[in-house]
Amino acid sequence: MIAYITRRLLATVPVMLTVGVFVFFLLRIAPGDPAAIIAGDNATSQDIENIRGKLGLDRPMIEQFVHWSWRLLQGDLGISIFSNLPVTTLIAQRMEPTIALTISTLMVAVALAIPMGVLAAWKARTLVDRLVMGFAVLGFAVPVFVAGYVLIYIFSVQLGWLPVQGYRPIGEGFWPFAQSLVLPSIALGTTYCALIARITRASMLEVLSQDYIRTAESKGLAQRRVLLLHALKNAAVPIVTVIGIGIALLISGVVITETVFNIPGLGRLTVDAVLKRDYPIVQGLILVFAFAKVLVNLTVDVSYAFLDPRIRY
Amino acid sequence: MQRNQPAPLLEVDNLHCHFFTLDGVVRAVDGVSFSLQRGETLGIVGESGCGKSVTAMSILRLLPKGLGRIVDGSVKLEGRELTTLGDADMRSMRGHQVSMIFQEPMTSLNPVLTVGLQIAENVERHLNVGRKAAMERAVEMLRLVKIPDAERRVNDYPHQFSGGMRQRVMIAIALSCNPQVLIADEPTTALDVTIQAQILDLMLELKQKLNTAIIMITHDLGVIAETAQRVLVMYAGRKVEEAPVVELFQRPLHPYTQGLMRARPRLDVEAEEQGRRPRLQEIQGMVPALNRPILGCAFAPRCGYATDRCRSEAPGLTEPVPGHLVACWEATKIAGMGHA
Ligand SMILES: Nc1ncnc2c1ncn2[C@@H]1O[C@H](COP(=O)(O)OP(=O)(O)OP(=O)(O)O)[C@@H](O)[C@H]1O
Ligand SMILES: [Mg+2]
Repeated sequence: MIAYITRRLLATVPVMLTVGVFVFFLLRIAPGDPAAIIAGDNATSQDIENIRGKLGLDRPMIEQFVHWSWRLLQGDLGISIFSNLPVTTLIAQRMEPTIALTISTLMVAVALAIPMGVLAAWKARTLVDRLVMGFAVLGFAVPVFVAGYVLIYIFSVQLGWLPVQGYRPIGEGFWPFAQSLVLPSIALGTTYCALIARITRASMLEVLSQDYIRTAESKGLAQRRVLLLHALKNAAVPIVTVIGIGIALLISGVVITETVFNIPGLGRLTVDAVLKRDYPIVQGLILVFAFAKVLVNLTVDVSYAFLDPRIRY
Repeated sequence: MQRNQPAPLLEVDNLHCHFFTLDGVVRAVDGVSFSLQRGETLGIVGESGCGKSVTAMSILRLLPKGLGRIVDGSVKLEGRELTTLGDADMRSMRGHQVSMIFQEPMTSLNPVLTVGLQIAENVERHLNVGRKAAMERAVEMLRLVKIPDAERRVNDYPHQFSGGMRQRVMIAIALSCNPQVLIADEPTTALDVTIQAQILDLMLELKQKLNTAIIMITHDLGVIAETAQRVLVMYAGRKVEEAPVVELFQRPLHPYTQGLMRARPRLDVEAEEQGRRPRLQEIQGMVPALNRPILGCAFAPRCGYATDRCRSEAPGLTEPVPGHLVACWEATKIAGMGHA
């Protein structure tokens, strides 16, 4: 198992290298002079020269690439054009809210979706099933920003139960921190939850018609045990896969959610950097998101081996 | 035969099971009755689709939920009605007093749980013992069903076992709580011949040891001859004949049973004398569809003896020979002729 995980970790290196090369050339190969684009419409040619010098764009491409890769390997993502701060510092500052939001969304969504899916499959074609699936369709149809504004209107503006916007770091106490995450997590998690619930139901339905479920029933085991051990463990592979895929969905959802709820996370940083054409930050963020995705995939693959003994590694 | 016998262990009376499908109501079991004594082996034979598995499944109430159910009749275990038993009581009975081995050894074990756990959970559920004692019992059961290296194999997963070994594991599960009744639904059909014999021998040996009553379901008369004391022949969801095993083989009364006997490979003296092997004779025609009511005797369209009466009026069970039941209008005539 350890060998397998190590092997999989090593396999992520070429993936990250590809992403790195892509990110590098993204900026240089894009049509137009990046320095001029960055400088904006009213810039003088002197401004453009300055930017070009600062980004090292006046040197040969290969040299630029070697230089850039070398710094990257040392954890240096460059300097932001506008704030003059290191990109790593900027990203690190914005990391906590995004990680907190992603994890709480993940937990809320999975904790709701799996019981819902299991219930719907067990009570297939009954009223319970229809209600759950009705929610899933609705949850899937409502865009994150609509859900966000509706939630804010009801729970913050009308009822006054939760903060309207903003984020409180965990360092300022757990309660304010948790409160600031409730609505954003629900808004962001609804689609995700609907997706997982649907897959859980479909996968469970398939498993529940298998012979070994009849065997489990023939032992008189408690219904709970049949559903949650015998069936769910067999149904888990597609569910885990979709949870993994869903994290990609979350990353794009995070950008919108952070904007709606005014959370100073990576999503907001992305929006700001893109609008200002602060390319070093954009590059850095792409690398961070790609790395996160690679890690998620790795976790999903490794979890398969734990869930199904027939999967060889 | 019926006289002076103690109250039966299991009594199935006038059982009707229907499947509610898009093609209409399928009358899979249509009025089957039988009883089972302690320690006895009752064979149930019949062609594919005649309702053997459904009969077995409905004893444990394992018919697919929302699709099939018992619509009439009763199933009594030691006088206790099972068809109306509460869900909790039914669950504590399953795997404990009555357990079952299924037709499909390759798919009947859970692929993601170790075989040890799959045996131990039954023990833990019914015998009031802890996880550790249950695991020890699992090892003991694996030894009992002759799986070599049992201590190590308990931690293996089903895909690490062959079909025959998996069926042994199923037997280990089924017998782990010393059930009074073991329902074996074609336990050897999916296995190759040498393995079949091993599994049957094992079952007979364990039956002696544990004094379990067995319902042995099969479409193989050879299996019946080797294991059963009494035989029930089913056709199209109905019982058409029932007799002690020797009686049935010597004097099959129902034309369908006779057909089954002729369809069986034999290498007996008669054939040897004629210097050739008799050709296997299949029963002509097909099993009737069960989603329409059957008028008259269900076997009539395939029967050489069929009369107009057979085609219009369903025969009830008669007992032309004591202990030998048959549902056929022409049975006495056929019996008088001696069998071909
Ligand atoms: N899930 C189901 N849905 C609809 N009809 C069913 C279902 N299961 C069984 N039946 C019907 O019940 C009848 C009896 O099936 P059963 O499985 O008891 O046959 P069997 O005697 O066990 O045959 P085999 O020797 O093939 O196992 C079949 O003819 C079929 O039409
Ligand atoms: Mg069957």
